[in-house]
Amino acid sequence: MSFFLETLAGGLLAGVMYALVAIGFVLIYKASGVFNYAQGAMVLCAALTFVTLTERDLPFWLAGLVTLAIMVTLAVAVERVVLRPLVNRSQVTLFMATLGLSYVIEGIAQLLMGASVHELDLGIPDLPVALGPIQLSRFDLVAAASAGALVIALSLFFERTRIGVALRAVADDPQAALSIGIRLPILWAAVWAVAGFVALVAGLLWGARQGVQFSLTFVVLKALPVLIIGGFTSIAGAIIGGLIVGAADAIAEIYLGPLLGGSVSTWFAYLLAVAFLLVRPAGLFGERAIKRV
Amino acid sequence: MSSASSSASLVPGRRLAIPALPLRSVGLALLLALAFVGIPLVATDYWYNAILIPFLIMALAGLGLNLTMGYAGQASLGTGAFMAVGAYATYNLLLRLPSLPLPASLALGGLIAGLAGLVVGLPSLRIKGFYLIAPTLAGQFLIEWTFNQVGWFSNYASSSSISAPRLAILGRDLSSPAGRYALTLSSVAVVTAIAWRLVRSQTGRNWRAVRDGETAAAVIGVPVARAKLSAFFAGAAVCGVAGALWAFAYLGTVDARSFDLDRSFQAMFIIIIGGLGSLAGSFIGSAFIVLTPILLTHLSEAVLGAGLDGGQVSNIQRVIFGALIIGFLIKEPNGLVALIGRLWRHLVR
Amino acid sequence: MSRLVRALRATALAASLCAAPAAMAEPAKQYFPLATFRVGAYASSGIPSWAGVIDYFRYINEIEGGINGVKLIWDECETEWAVEKGVECYERMKGGKDGSPVPIFLPHGDPVSKALTEKSVADKIPLVTTGYGRTEAIDGRVFPYSFTVLFSFWSEASSAVNYIAEQVGGKDKLKGLKIATVYHDSPYGKETQTPLALLAKTYGFEDIQIPVPHPGNDQSAQWARIRQIKPDWVFLRGWGVMTPVAIKTAAKTGFPVDHIIGGIWSGSEEDVRPAGSVGKGYLAITPFPASQDFEILKKIKAAIVDKGKSDLKDLKSFGSVYYNSGLIEAIISVEAIRTAQARFGNRPITGAEGQWGLEHLVLDEDRLRAIGAEGLVQPLRLSIKDHEGGGAGKVLQWDGAKWTIVSNGWVKSDRELLLPLIYERAAAYAKEKGITPRSVDSAEAAAQ
Repeated sequence: MSFFLETLAGGLLAGVMYALVAIGFVLIYKASGVFNYAQGAMVLCAALTFVTLTERDLPFWLAGLVTLAIMVTLAVAVERVVLRPLVNRSQVTLFMATLGLSYVIEGIAQLLMGASVHELDLGIPDLPVALGPIQLSRFDLVAAASAGALVIALSLFFERTRIGVALRAVADDPQAALSIGIRLPILWAAVWAVAGFVALVAGLLWGARQGVQFSLTFVVLKALPVLIIGGFTSIAGAIIGGLIVGAADAIAEIYLGPLLGGSVSTWFAYLLAVAFLLVRPAGLFGERAIKRV
Repeated sequence: MSSASSSASLVPGRRLAIPALPLRSVGLALLLALAFVGIPLVATDYWYNAILIPFLIMALAGLGLNLTMGYAGQASLGTGAFMAVGAYATYNLLLRLPSLPLPASLALGGLIAGLAGLVVGLPSLRIKGFYLIAPTLAGQFLIEWTFNQVGWFSNYASSSSISAPRLAILGRDLSSPAGRYALTLSSVAVVTAIAWRLVRSQTGRNWRAVRDGETAAAVIGVPVARAKLSAFFAGAAVCGVAGALWAFAYLGTVDARSFDLDRSFQAMFIIIIGGLGSLAGSFIGSAFIVLTPILLTHLSEAVLGAGLDGGQVSNIQRVIFGALIIGFLIKEPNGLVALIGRLWRHLVR
Repeated sequence: MSRLVRALRATALAASLCAAPAAMAEPAKQYFPLATFRVGAYASSGIPSWAGVIDYFRYINEIEGGINGVKLIWDECETEWAVEKGVECYERMKGGKDGSPVPIFLPHGDPVSKALTEKSVADKIPLVTTGYGRTEAIDGRVFPYSFTVLFSFWSEASSAVNYIAEQVGGKDKLKGLKIATVYHDSPYGKETQTPLALLAKTYGFEDIQIPVPHPGNDQSAQWARIRQIKPDWVFLRGWGVMTPVAIKTAAKTGFPVDHIIGGIWSGSEEDVRPAGSVGKGYLAITPFPASQDFEILKKIKAAIVDKGKSDLKDLKSFGSVYYNSGLIEAIISVEAIRTAQARFGNRPITGAEGQWGLEHLVLDEDRLRAIGAEGLVQPLRLSIKDHEGGGAGKVLQWDGAKWTIVSNGWVKSDRELLLPLIYERAAAYAKEKGITPRSVDSAEAAAQ
């Protein structure tokens, strides 16, 4: 039993890490209506910039601020140059454009900062912590706490501020939002800037877990089923989806893996996502579209 | 998503003196003559192995996806998986039924891939729009995993890779580059002809009706479920043939990694850049996706050459390739096929 | 029109000016194409390896005046480690350059080396795959142009087991041990399942296989299982990001890192450094021992690196596992060309002659000492029946900042046990593909 609990807990903590990446997608989806594949490249870019700066002996806080400035500039520029001209185009076209964008960001990041693998030490010791019968990683707990704090902060931001309210209005009905005087360009820029910040947090935590290297971009593949389960438009959904995916993956790998030959987690989350979609076609928390002729 | 071909035919005042169809047929005949006779006179091994064969095969894969997505409006990221099914099915047919001639094995391999497409397409009856990429992605990963895990499919090869058995039709050996090109080109021509007939049939009209408005299509009596599933079946079957050719006519030895998600993305780039809902668009898109990186390499060798080191040149190429994709998506909503159509009318005018 | 004519004339003149001196005096040069990958997911390993190759070529040209006076020239072609780009590069470069044929091609990647297996036979260009590639290609009768030189995956598994045997006090002590293999779930990762099953049967240890799906950036489930099974040793066969994540996850589940032995592709600085301080004590078995102290590295440092002629941008990689792997590949290639020259004359060598050179390559202790590669390259003796020639690795241990060699010389594999099974597999491949294996005598006769 304690083994099961431990697997479950490990999976849930991993799920929080997926959710952290997924939140970035949700923000951009709410603002621009696109599944931003380049979010993975942005995570890589953030982590790489931060590490490069700290290796030049910049203090942590300064490196963080400089990276944040760069990420926000990048995000706003992307929104301006790539997505603005593509407004009102099909979702698949937008998706493909962000795929092209990921080539550009990855290319530029590696051109300027090289392709070496870097260690990123945030000063959080990654050693086992005993919690009753089960053993957990201190780092994962800190990461989960940061993700939780981020979610609360973002939720407050979108509940309480004008931008948040405006954003909900836009997500509901762009035309109506425009007509009541919401300034879309400012709103877009704000949301993309926040997404840049989320990419930085995700990049730092993932980078500390696995080293800062190209494969940071692969986390996108895990974020996708999280989004589908949680719904593309809900921050809470991203967290719940992340927890479900993380736990299901870990349990499937342990109990189903040996029966089927292993590596079931490459597809299990997607199968689960399909099952969710068959019951709720717009995700757990997504808004259901109305059929119109 | 408006179809490029229909918008082209709606252009008012087409000023061609000659009726469009004969001109088209003549052009097509010339193109086929060039591909079958002209190219083999001049092409080198490099042209066959590195340019022509991959270009044709990816065009075919794009065409398959175009049937599902461009004509019937069902987004799919399972192209790589369908190609894998085609490749592994054809391999096992050739291995276990050696009496079956190569074209029959290819066709059967395609049909088996079509069945896989049918299964992956089943959720499309309930899941719509962009969310549809979820079941196709599930299919992509599940199928890739299956070929990696189950040894039977690769005849228990130690590395689960499959390699081309002897390629021959009627005793003629096709393993030379020219032979593999001939095999690829013939298969592509036959499948394209079938697809051409298909999109002009009632089935094709049903697909377009579903794409342009599912509810409306249902109201006017189009069998929506059948149209969706047949689009998945036909698209996956075409991709399956492409996959078998990719494995045997192009690479020779492959494992499931050759058909990973990147291949699916590549096919999607091809049809979106080439033109959704246009057979010619698949070929144009494939030319762009397959040839641009090669062209960039040759160009950068000539232009940048000595100044920068290899790594920087390659990174710059990647950036340019990504920027070109974004640029074309922004500038040309209907794909390169629409751009070329406009250029053509401009020239004729 | 006259402008066109003038332009044409100028071009013709320029062309003749360029062509003329090349045709006149210049002694022939040996062309050696390099299918590099400096971009994409695997650039971090590609950059130092190719620097090792290029630095050695520069050293040969500048210090030794080429191979018996034949200087090396090379082109790069970027593959991004993608199969189709690798094939394109191969096709583009296989024809040679400036009249020089291609003696050897280094595919540098498991998938692309498979895609080139048959093409290379048709083109008569030997593929040299060091530390990767098809294990069956050891049988040169069936795979005439594939050379799994140095250390196949089967040898890797066997040497790892033999190192464990050394640690526990002999092969008879292996009985009853639990050895878990945590592998990248891909054709590469599964290659060692067959030999490990055979070794487990022979020595009586328990063989546990635990797959990690690509890319392997979360392994909590796999290591939870390990904590449950409690193996004595873990053999880690990772690729890319999987290795640092495995080390970190092992540390946080409390598995002793100094009982993990990484395989060839889990044993570089790039694999361990991101794991940080918890990587201390981690072991790896490799045919590419890391160190700057080998004689040849000192020579290259003086002649190339210190003069600013190195291909390395980041000099901290000098003497690293990947850098030395490139160096070793280059040494083997150059020595094979030298061997072929002894037979065919001191001129650029063709692929077919390169094959002869490889199949008659002998790098014994004396020759290695003369090159300055003693301890860096294991003694090799290749033949038609043995395209591997070595089959031993050294064990490295990470001290938190760099690797130190901890094994007593080269840890040999049980080749006599594995070879019959390898030949059996090669014969099965030949049967499936309708290949008539070369007989050793006829191949010798053809070369005479």
